[in-house]
Amino acid sequence: MTFVTKPRVHHPNLPINELGLTRRDYEGSVSTLCAGCGHDSVSAAIVQACAELSLPPHRFAKVSGIGCSSKTPSYFLNRSHGFNSVHGRMPSVITGANLANRDLMCIGVSGDGDSASIGLGQFAHVVRRRTNMLYLVDNNGTYGLTKGQFSATNDKGSTSKKGVPNLYEPIDLVSLALQLGASFVARSFSGDKRQLVPLIKAALKHKGMAFIDVISPCVAFNNHAGSTKSFEFVREHMHSAVHADLILGQPEITADYAEGTQENVTMPDGSVLQLYKVDADYDPFDRVGALTYVQKMHGEGRVATGLLYVDPDAVESHDIMGTTSQPLNELAEDALCPGSEALSAINQGYR
Amino acid sequence: MNSKINDFVIRFANVNGSGSASANGMFAKALFRMGIPVATRNIFPSNIQGLPTWFEVRVSEKGYLGRREGVDIMVAMNAETFAEDIDSIVPGGYLLYDNSKPLATELVRRDIHEIGMPIATMLLPEFVDPKQRGLFKNITYLGALAGLLNIEFDVITGMVATQYKGKDALIEPNIRALELGRNYALEYLAAPLPLQVKRSDAVGDRIMMEGNDAAGLGGVYGGATVCAWYPITPSTSVAESFENHCKKLRVDPQTGEKNYAFMQAEDELAAIGIVIGSAWNGARSFTATSGPGISLMSEFLGLAYFAEIPAVVWDIQRSGPSTGMPTRTQQGDLISAAYASHGDTKHPLLFPASAKECFDFAADALDLADRLQTPVLVLSDLELGMNENLSEPLEWDDARRYDRGKVLNAQQLDEVETFGRYLDVDGDGVGYRTLPGTHPDKGAFFTRGTSRDEYAAYTESPEAYQRNMERLQLKWQTARQLVPIADITGRGGSVGVLYYGTTALPIPEALDKLAVNGIHLDTCRVRGFPFGDEVETFVAQHDLIFVVEQNRDGQMRTLLINELQTNPAKLIPILYFAGLSISADFIDEQISAYYEEHKLARLTGVKS
Repeated sequence: MTFVTKPRVHHPNLPINELGLTRRDYEGSVSTLCAGCGHDSVSAAIVQACAELSLPPHRFAKVSGIGCSSKTPSYFLNRSHGFNSVHGRMPSVITGANLANRDLMCIGVSGDGDSASIGLGQFAHVVRRRTNMLYLVDNNGTYGLTKGQFSATNDKGSTSKKGVPNLYEPIDLVSLALQLGASFVARSFSGDKRQLVPLIKAALKHKGMAFIDVISPCVAFNNHAGSTKSFEFVREHMHSAVHADLILGQPEITADYAEGTQENVTMPDGSVLQLYKVDADYDPFDRVGALTYVQKMHGEGRVATGLLYVDPDAVESHDIMGTTSQPLNELAEDALCPGSEALSAINQGYR
Repeated sequence: MNSKINDFVIRFANVNGSGSASANGMFAKALFRMGIPVATRNIFPSNIQGLPTWFEVRVSEKGYLGRREGVDIMVAMNAETFAEDIDSIVPGGYLLYDNSKPLATELVRRDIHEIGMPIATMLLPEFVDPKQRGLFKNITYLGALAGLLNIEFDVITGMVATQYKGKDALIEPNIRALELGRNYALEYLAAPLPLQVKRSDAVGDRIMMEGNDAAGLGGVYGGATVCAWYPITPSTSVAESFENHCKKLRVDPQTGEKNYAFMQAEDELAAIGIVIGSAWNGARSFTATSGPGISLMSEFLGLAYFAEIPAVVWDIQRSGPSTGMPTRTQQGDLISAAYASHGDTKHPLLFPASAKECFDFAADALDLADRLQTPVLVLSDLELGMNENLSEPLEWDDARRYDRGKVLNAQQLDEVETFGRYLDVDGDGVGYRTLPGTHPDKGAFFTRGTSRDEYAAYTESPEAYQRNMERLQLKWQTARQLVPIADITGRGGSVGVLYYGTTALPIPEALDKLAVNGIHLDTCRVRGFPFGDEVETFVAQHDLIFVVEQNRDGQMRTLLINELQTNPAKLIPILYFAGLSISADFIDEQISAYYEEHKLARLTGVKS
């Protein structure tokens, strides 16, 4: 919260979605992050994606850990419940939220400190459990709230604001997500809304573990020359393998990507995910190929972006566990309590 | 030795992983089925195969369930511990051993009865497979004991038939081994011994159940839908029991769909995180752990306290600190559980003392956590959790409805003018909460571990912070009225004894022993924390109170001093913390010694 309250009035010509709502109905409180912070662009992209998909704005569970990124669930989807939990532990809390009500859409927002250092274990395990969620990392390679320490995703040799080089190898969450079984893996850039919004839409429509690593420069501590997570560096070095668009019945303008090849994937709800391959021989359904591609790009000093892998027939943790289709938090005594007669028989078994 | 019926301690010394547990368990169960009260104790190593393990059965017509010092009959089947096992037999007691090899002369004791039986030699011609010979060694001594102690043989053979139902090929060799042992005892040994058993009706309708098993079943009855956990001895069987009972009771027979989620987490942090996440979203959930897990969960427990989210944690205590003795019992987590986490935090605790209470408290804790919107910890221990002991049968009132606490649905939200998550509308310190996804535009709020105002908005206002902390203190007062009340007995004397959990097991016997010497104590069995008025009154009304517990530092005593501002001088610690369970002998000795030393008045000449 901040001392500024957002005005309720808005432009009369804002587009209205199928629920009769505008983008403003998907917003949150005013951000308290630094002016120009990449994270605010990510929040705006979430707002746009949810509004364009006409998703009910109260049917989300927004969960985060601790850090600048983890503040952002306050800045989108005000009508949904949010939970700013413990540093590095968003994955377990959102796992619980998802277990309790499988019908809610789960958005977990985390940062590179939150997910690649203190929470690396929880990151790994929520991915391998295949929790049905959007796991989004605002990745700026630095600890912003504690003023500029290197995080574990910071590239070796990249320098701090004071010019000190990072001595250690980076942890690449995209590679880990691919290896650990995420069924939707993408990377994008907070400064590229045209790429990011469709990715978020596709991830929200994906049934299963959808992971998006968003490089989101820290204007205060990691946006200088020498940093590999600055706006300038990422703009110059990002390389989109596949551009994704989500089509909900109506045709989309596709002229921008005419030179590549195109592939359509039907999502579980009937919407169509259109994939435009910038690299014509890239196969977004090949997990091992995606891993190789990401590593190869990294070796060349480039950042692979776009939808890197998708499994359209993925399963999620409730399918794996065989949980009832009704949300567990709606079950009452009749479904849960076996009653006294059953207990008498149970007692007999202990005699 | 004079003849003694239904009153002895028998201990089996085995090598773990040798299949002895099943034979030893059948021994105890046979006596139980003859209507004789038994208490079993498994004393086992942190190991899967090859180390010494003991199984002790206290047989007591009077129904004394606590551990008793000394062993009357030692079944010594482990060469490694032979010397110490023989040493632990009381004078006049019995040693049953395999004399296929003769007993070393230095081990011979003149004051006990040696009963040698060439088990290995006897089995050699009977069973070709060496693995079978190993396993049937246990069954053979069970057969011998049936002869020596007069156990009704058809009770044992009936159990074999039930146990191997469906694996019929195993029934015949088991019965053969039993008969081999029994016939040898009847023919060559002085069977029956003066120590023996006799059918009784002292068991009544009681059951024999492990506390952890009852806790898991209580979770099913109490409506838990999420169990997230991480394996740790001695708590693992709570989670396993929940799943086992769910498989029978919570799976739709038509669709095979499960009305529960059972999730083995990657560690204790994730386990409590999952519990908190699901409880935040309206599912009743719990985890089970032991001391090291409580340490790991502490940050999350502080979050749940401050953010006001229900959670139930079973702590099956074991000997600490650190890894301590992971397979030995203790009551050492009271302080770390009561005040888990940084800042001003405190949590309600429940102290079950029987399998039935484990079952009851499993459901009560879920109600209490929902009602108070806070973590509730149930402090059991290895002694209660992992041993099969006598318990009153489990009961469930079909009219009972789950208390989901103050949760507003969509219709109620429409009716309230303003919703403030942390507004104290009812003056009990507990606000109204809403679940995610309930209402299109009312009731959504942001949950956080940072300071907030009554409307869940972030604030660093000193006044708002203090108001919130004071409301949580008021909620603590509400909790005092809601935790299970203490079990108090007495005749208005000036000296009392206060205890909790499994320390209750030897208390009746200890009181009887003390009474013989003119020491009569009022009793208070604490069942919940924060302490209710009844505990405060008990402490206030007695000049002297022995606080009996199983830890080194007198942790319950510390809680009493801290929470009730009691004069420490009147609380006398009686502490046992060596890893076995506390015995009536120990309590009797310690309290008697205190009376002796302080020349306290006794009621002599009164025999009740």
